[in-house]
Amino acid sequence: MLAETLILLLVVLPFLGAIAATTMPVSARNGEVVLGGGVMLAGLVALAALFDQVSDGRVVSRTIEWVPSIGLDLTLRVDGFAWLMLLLVFGIGFLVVIYARYYLSPADPVPRFYGFLLAFAGAMVAMLISGNILVMVVFWELTSVFSFLLIGYWHQSAGARDGARTALIVTGTGGMALLAAMILLGQVVGSYRLDDVLAAGDIVRAHEWYPWILGLFLLGAFTKSAQVPFHFWLPNAMAAPTPVSAYLHSATMVKAGVYLLVRFSPVLGGTPAWFWIVAGTGMATLILGALIALYRNDLKGLLAYSTISHLGLITALAGIGSGGAIVAAIFHILNHAVFKASLFMAAGIIDHETGTRDMRRLSGLRHSMPRTSALAIVAAAAMGGVPLLNGFLSKEMFFAEAADWHNGTWLDTALPYLATLASIFSIAYSLRFIVQVFFGPPATDLPKEPHEPAAWMRRPVELLVLLVLLVGFWPAAMIGAVLQSGVLAVLGVDAPYYSLALWHGFNTPLKMSLTALALGTVLYLIAAPRLQRANEAPAFLERLSAQALFDRLMLLLTRKWSLRLYRRFGTRHLQVQMRLVVLLVAAGAAATLIDATRMWPRGLFQNFDITFALMWLAGCGCAIGAAVQAKYHRFAALALLGGAGLVTAATFAWFSAPDLAVTQLMVEVVTTVLLLLGLRWLPKRSQEIAGDRSYQARARRAQDLVIASVCGVGVASLAFAVMTVAPGLTIGDWFRRNAYAEGGGTNAVNVILVDFRAFDTLGEITVLGIVALTCYALLRRFRPAPESVALPSQQTFVELPPLSAAEAECEAEAKASKEPTRHDVMMAIPSVIMQWMFPVAIAMSAYLFLRGHDLPGGGFAAGVAFAIALLLQYLATNVRWIESRITILPVRWIGAGLLFAVGTGAGSLLFGYPFLTAHAQYVTIPLIGQVPAATALLFDLGVFAVVVGATVLIQIAIAHQSLRSARLRARDEAEALSQEER
Amino acid sequence: MELVLSVSIGVLVASGVWLTLRPRTFQVIIGLCLLSYGVNLFIFAMGRLVEGAAPIMPKGGFVDPDVYADPVPQALVLTAIVISFATTALFLVVIMASRGLTGTDHVDGSERNP
Repeated sequence: MLAETLILLLVVLPFLGAIAATTMPVSARNGEVVLGGGVMLAGLVALAALFDQVSDGRVVSRTIEWVPSIGLDLTLRVDGFAWLMLLLVFGIGFLVVIYARYYLSPADPVPRFYGFLLAFAGAMVAMLISGNILVMVVFWELTSVFSFLLIGYWHQSAGARDGARTALIVTGTGGMALLAAMILLGQVVGSYRLDDVLAAGDIVRAHEWYPWILGLFLLGAFTKSAQVPFHFWLPNAMAAPTPVSAYLHSATMVKAGVYLLVRFSPVLGGTPAWFWIVAGTGMATLILGALIALYRNDLKGLLAYSTISHLGLITALAGIGSGGAIVAAIFHILNHAVFKASLFMAAGIIDHETGTRDMRRLSGLRHSMPRTSALAIVAAAAMGGVPLLNGFLSKEMFFAEAADWHNGTWLDTALPYLATLASIFSIAYSLRFIVQVFFGPPATDLPKEPHEPAAWMRRPVELLVLLVLLVGFWPAAMIGAVLQSGVLAVLGVDAPYYSLALWHGFNTPLKMSLTALALGTVLYLIAAPRLQRANEAPAFLERLSAQALFDRLMLLLTRKWSLRLYRRFGTRHLQVQMRLVVLLVAAGAAATLIDATRMWPRGLFQNFDITFALMWLAGCGCAIGAAVQAKYHRFAALALLGGAGLVTAATFAWFSAPDLAVTQLMVEVVTTVLLLLGLRWLPKRSQEIAGDRSYQARARRAQDLVIASVCGVGVASLAFAVMTVAPGLTIGDWFRRNAYAEGGGTNAVNVILVDFRAFDTLGEITVLGIVALTCYALLRRFRPAPESVALPSQQTFVELPPLSAAEAECEAEAKASKEPTRHDVMMAIPSVIMQWMFPVAIAMSAYLFLRGHDLPGGGFAAGVAFAIALLLQYLATNVRWIESRITILPVRWIGAGLLFAVGTGAGSLLFGYPFLTAHAQYVTIPLIGQVPAATALLFDLGVFAVVVGATVLIQIAIAHQSLRSARLRARDEAEALSQEER
Repeated sequence: MELVLSVSIGVLVASGVWLTLRPRTFQVIIGLCLLSYGVNLFIFAMGRLVEGAAPIMPKGGFVDPDVYADPVPQALVLTAIVISFATTALFLVVIMASRGLTGTDHVDGSERNP
């Protein structure tokens, strides 16, 4: 039980730490270190406690049920191999956190850095311990994302941005391929659990999809681990701060690819295809990486290519796939992380203290920074594979596998020679690093005077170099148990016997090592003077650059091809786009209808009613009239639209839908008022638009008329076809039977809305609230067109008789006291009626609301009715007058309504029922009688409040624009006046 | 009845589609309103046309579903009416803002070049 809790802690702690880190002040460098270091240390302690449980090939796992109904669980699982990788994540992470404290300058925003770093650690941990291969891919991608963010940490630099983008595109694309591979794998195995997949190697290798799975899987692993030809993102990623390079791009993230290769080698490995692709790619990467590293003048560039080369070595081992090779691969993952992280940190120190990373300028640093030099020299020797250091041991194991393991192919025969060649290069570049930077005369033209760094900046390097030495001298004692548990986790009962001794006799691997040491030194001595002047890559590789290909592809994809597509298919004209949409929809509908022609109706004139026909004759006339008039006679079009709406409402009433009729009628009123308010802000259409009678314009209209007619005929025939066929069994039957029994209301429509499908209604009123707030927000920045600011002609064309002096005084007084003025007097009689109507309208609204559960009405209709009552008051008098008497806070209505609806729904949780379960009963109120008091009524109250708030908010927001424009007008007049005075 | 209603739905939809393809914002907003009438009636008609049978159920006892109109399309249309009001409002605000910013009521935000 404790172990299972610890696992959860491992993955949760870094993410929590990341959130905490981002909340700290910008300059809290020490606070961040304590937090980050604490998280990493806690992880290490948890790991230490877990070791006993995973050490002998056992697995600790914990399953959290997530969606049990479809078998989707979150499984966390730790075995020896994952444990070993976790050790790197937390161990190197701990050192990097300390190192970064001194590396980052006070000007760098540290919360972002530590936040990303901890979140990366969390993603990495989650990837490593996920027991589900799909979840694993998700976190795999997440590590790419945080790598992107960390490479781009100094986003002011173009190099950092480019590097981050390249890394994300390459590793992200690989992640997609990996996802596809995992889905195929899961389909083949029949389970996405890692344990099941690992046990199903025989099924997978025999399956016809195996080549696809293998190809996609390797694409994912190779991009992540920077294998040729996808290696180019890693040197670009060196634009990241050096702690990031040390952590992500040498010790942990790039190891994820080889981790996956080793992990899945029992499932996918052992076939000729696996050997050729994986071992071949690994060897190519090993040699090319080492060769290019020799040419690099930038310290971090050299280390990056060296990392690529070492990752190639591990890949090649995974490709060989024998027991001994897997042991060597796991061992080298550890060793490389230790010496390369220390080298990156040393390079960072050099950069930090001298101001440059260019090896052509650096020289003789052993004089000014002797301790750092000693540390870096030991680590670089381990990188080259010098005996008595940790890098030597795993490299010897690699040599032994290359020389002793055979499968009879030419690649197998060439392996020892290729391995020795790569080793020669790596000796040469390690020597170049050591000799050029630390030996020779002290450099004179460095940007800074070099000196030793702060002691705590060096401590992490010291610890790592100590490990290099200890593992080099006493491998079995230092690392034997950890390595053994990792090997058991991967190979299980097939784990081979191996010896971690220093001395195996004067055997082939040792001879290969000594040859490489000698020839590498010779190579360096010959090449050194030329390298100072050479380009940063061998000539034959410059022409064959993967980077250039990638750049070209990106240019084509993101610019040239997209531009070409845009020119061919794109348009900025909305009409063209709309036409396409309409045509597509019509075509789609037509395609489904081809099959439906046999549904053709039987009787054309079933129960024909002349009144109904006449009513719709008027309705259709209104619709067509609105369509014709909408361009030049907008007011008429609006009136005609209202006509069509009324006929629609009448139709609802005719065919047994009183709820719809009421709601439609109410909404019709507010829509008309709304559009009337909007008309004020559209341009006057007194004269014809130029070109409206041109040939093209007529042709466009004719074309659209055809399209519209086709749509109309199509919808009409579809409607007719459906209406004349008797309905089969529908879910409506259930609702009709159970409206009262289950929902406690007799109005089935209302019961559906507030009880059976209340969740949908909740969503809908939320949308309504959002729309209202959006309207309000959009209008806050509204600037009317200049010609719309003037007082509309309707308010100015009535000539009022001139005022006498006394009357003018009254008028001014009235204005000052915000009493109704002369303009309001024009509305005197209507406004009296409307004010008297107010209580009636409110009562009407209450009536609609209360009867809603049993009879037509309900929250929607009542809400709109209430809103209309308020709007009438706005129409009756002026805005200021009404707002000084009634305070309406529509935003609060919306908020309160939503809270009420959600609260009612949540109330059912208290009684142990699912969200939004309703309870029904009746209460008797004196005078009014029996009233349904279902909790659904409370929910309906929320609906009511949201509808009121949203409707009123929209209308008032638009109406207030008149006030604002009056202010604008007054300001303009004042400005004009002051200019005249001048 | 069915014939009249379906022809009317067709006219509403045709007018609406024609208007949504027009260049002036006000035409489009009127078109959307007409289209929503047409679509609402269409959805409503999917429950078949029944007269004098509003879905007000008796309190208890056996319920014969065939005696009452189908409440499901009605519930759908009820919410659709309110939502189409909200979209109309949002669209109106957008065209007001667009007119204020661009000085024109053309849907492209600029007059078509002659």
